[in-house]
Amino acid sequence: MNPFLAQFQQEVPLSWYLILSATLFSFGVVGFLIKRNLITVFMSIELMLNAVNLSFVTFAHQWHAVKGQIFVFFVMMVAAAEAAVGLAIIIAVFRVRATLAVDRIDRMKL
Amino acid sequence: MNGNLHLWLIPLLPFAGFLFNGILGRHLPKALITTIALLAPLAAFGVVLNAALSVFGSASAPISLPYIENCPIGWINMANFHVDYSFVLDPLSLVMLLVVTGVGPLIHIYSIGYMKHEEGYYRFFAYMNLFMFFMSVLVLAGNALLMFVGWEGVGLASYLLIGFYFQKNSAADAGKKAFIVNRIGDFGFLIAMFLLLANFGTLTFSEIATKIGMDPGWNGGVITFIALALLLGAAGKSAQLPLYIWLPDAMEGPTPVSALIHAATMVTAGVYMIARNHVLFDHSPFALSVVAIVGAATAIFAATIGLVQNDIKRVLAYSTVSQLGYMFLGCGVAAYSASIFHLMTHAFFKALLFLAAGSVIHAIGGEQDLRKMGGLWKKLPITFAVTTVGVLAIAGFFPFAGFFSKDAILYAAFAQGGSGRVLWFIGLVTALLTSFYMFRLWYLAFLGKSRSPEVHPHESPWSMLGPLVILALLSICGGWIGIERFSAFLAPSVGARTAEAAPWAFDQYISLGHFLGVVAVLVALEGWLIADKLYRRKPERAAQYAAALPGGYKLLLNKYYVDEFYGYTVIKPLLGFSKYFLGYVVDVGILGGAAWLLGGIATLSGAILQRWQSGNIRSYAAWLAAGAAAVLLFVLVPWSTVWPVSMDILGKVAGH
Repeated sequence: MNPFLAQFQQEVPLSWYLILSATLFSFGVVGFLIKRNLITVFMSIELMLNAVNLSFVTFAHQWHAVKGQIFVFFVMMVAAAEAAVGLAIIIAVFRVRATLAVDRIDRMKL
Repeated sequence: MNGNLHLWLIPLLPFAGFLFNGILGRHLPKALITTIALLAPLAAFGVVLNAALSVFGSASAPISLPYIENCPIGWINMANFHVDYSFVLDPLSLVMLLVVTGVGPLIHIYSIGYMKHEEGYYRFFAYMNLFMFFMSVLVLAGNALLMFVGWEGVGLASYLLIGFYFQKNSAADAGKKAFIVNRIGDFGFLIAMFLLLANFGTLTFSEIATKIGMDPGWNGGVITFIALALLLGAAGKSAQLPLYIWLPDAMEGPTPVSALIHAATMVTAGVYMIARNHVLFDHSPFALSVVAIVGAATAIFAATIGLVQNDIKRVLAYSTVSQLGYMFLGCGVAAYSASIFHLMTHAFFKALLFLAAGSVIHAIGGEQDLRKMGGLWKKLPITFAVTTVGVLAIAGFFPFAGFFSKDAILYAAFAQGGSGRVLWFIGLVTALLTSFYMFRLWYLAFLGKSRSPEVHPHESPWSMLGPLVILALLSICGGWIGIERFSAFLAPSVGARTAEAAPWAFDQYISLGHFLGVVAVLVALEGWLIADKLYRRKPERAAQYAAALPGGYKLLLNKYYVDEFYGYTVIKPLLGFSKYFLGYVVDVGILGGAAWLLGGIATLSGAILQRWQSGNIRSYAAWLAAGAAAVLLFVLVPWSTVWPVSMDILGKVAGH
């Protein structure tokens, strides 16, 4: 096999996955911190979750252990549930406050 | 009945009456309230009579005394301290029970007529039954702690009944005064109990007596202290100097209460308690002489005040204080059975006098001022007759009850010799004063011309006169049992002293006892004659004497200014201390300041800490992220290479 193609035959190294995961997670954190819109904040949370999922899968593949993949399913399940509840809350908040700016939503009571 | 006397029924029957009337009485018809309130103490009297019959041996197997009844469940059980609910029937408690449960129902019957139109009829009888309950507990108690329960309980009942007309300020105040002054005495009782416990490890009367008896070295010292503390308690309850001040004010209560609680039974509890603890007093000559001095001083002190009082109930109240002084005097010369004898006869004739006074007050529409009475004998013939019996009895005329008991005490004092002669003389002077003021009352209330002609008195109903007649009979015959038989019966409980032996030994033709008895009667007669002169033959004389000695008269009329004295020396400083020191310094300054300080700290720290709780989600998230970053930093950075020295120290500290 010619060396050019062989280069593509090689596996992507572990560190690349982890760096991607860390980068995604950082985007999520930064988005969570700086965005005002509640929906964007929510999306940032999903981003963080998925970043973690990525590193779970990576390690599962690396160590040939299935536990990490099982965790990923759990996380996805929780994320789905959370999305349903979270979106419901967002709708409820919007109905009452007519805004989705997190800075404005600073009271425990409606 | 054989074997079981069911002593527990004696207190518990009135208690059941109290619960029933106290809880349901408001909604019940008067007839039912009356039935319950009467049946309970009457049934208790039945139990006592049954016990008495068993003791005196009409049955085939007489009960031997002391008869002890223990509740199967103990009360206090600790390592080496046991108190039981134990009831003891011995000659002393039997006599006392007969007096309490015998006079009690009579006064209950009287009250039916007397309280007929009062508000709170059910309340009155509930309290009266409550009193009977606590009084029988006090009498039956086999140990000091149970006695203390009864002791406090009768104080409570007394407080409730003095303040029965609680809408009247003076009645409410008198109730409080009685309660507070009694607290001072109770303090003495408590101290005595603690000392008994510390020195003997038990509060059971019989065990204390045994322990003292086993060791002849117990004399004076701590025993004196215990005895004096007990005396303080007794002085509070029995209205002796210097704590007698509550009793005259207690006359604010309804008259049957004055008769039952503040003449016949509760106030004699102090005498009973001293007799019950006589072993302690016998082993402390000093305490005994203090008892005698307190008694004699109270007797003459109260009698002089009684000379000039114008309120019929107050005259009787001071007379009660004075007679209680007699009983203490008797205890003080170790003539306990003479004291108990006087206690018994006094219960008869003083209850009689109070109830008769109540009958008079009832008849003339609530007037208590002697100066507005007069000439009542025609309108109230039966009341007049029984009062005459009472007056003759208390003055000590032969053969009325008071003669025998008073004579027994005076004889015991005289026979003691030495200082006893002084006590005897004081007692004799007191007898003169007693005779005088009682006949003064008699003349002012019943003889002469009516000083309030507009009032139309009416004789009381038979529910009131019946008890009066019975008590009058008891006041006549109550003393005939004679001190020698009485003290022989009491000897197992209070010991027999040679000093009390037989003043009226009829086998001696002319004895010391005869002589002293004749002297006492002559003195009483003298008192009558003086009263006769001042209030019948020359009625203007009394006012002349009073005018001639304005200082002395005013001093007596104002009761030696003792209340005022206490007001200035005790109450005012105490109030000042409470208001200025406890109120302003301690309460407002220290406690309030501390509260303000704590509140200030909390407010301040809250003001600082609330900045964290901004309610801004992003700031929370930022803190969260910063925390996570810090943890990561701590875990990931190879600190040992970055800063080797610090890790070395940390490792040493951690012990690796």
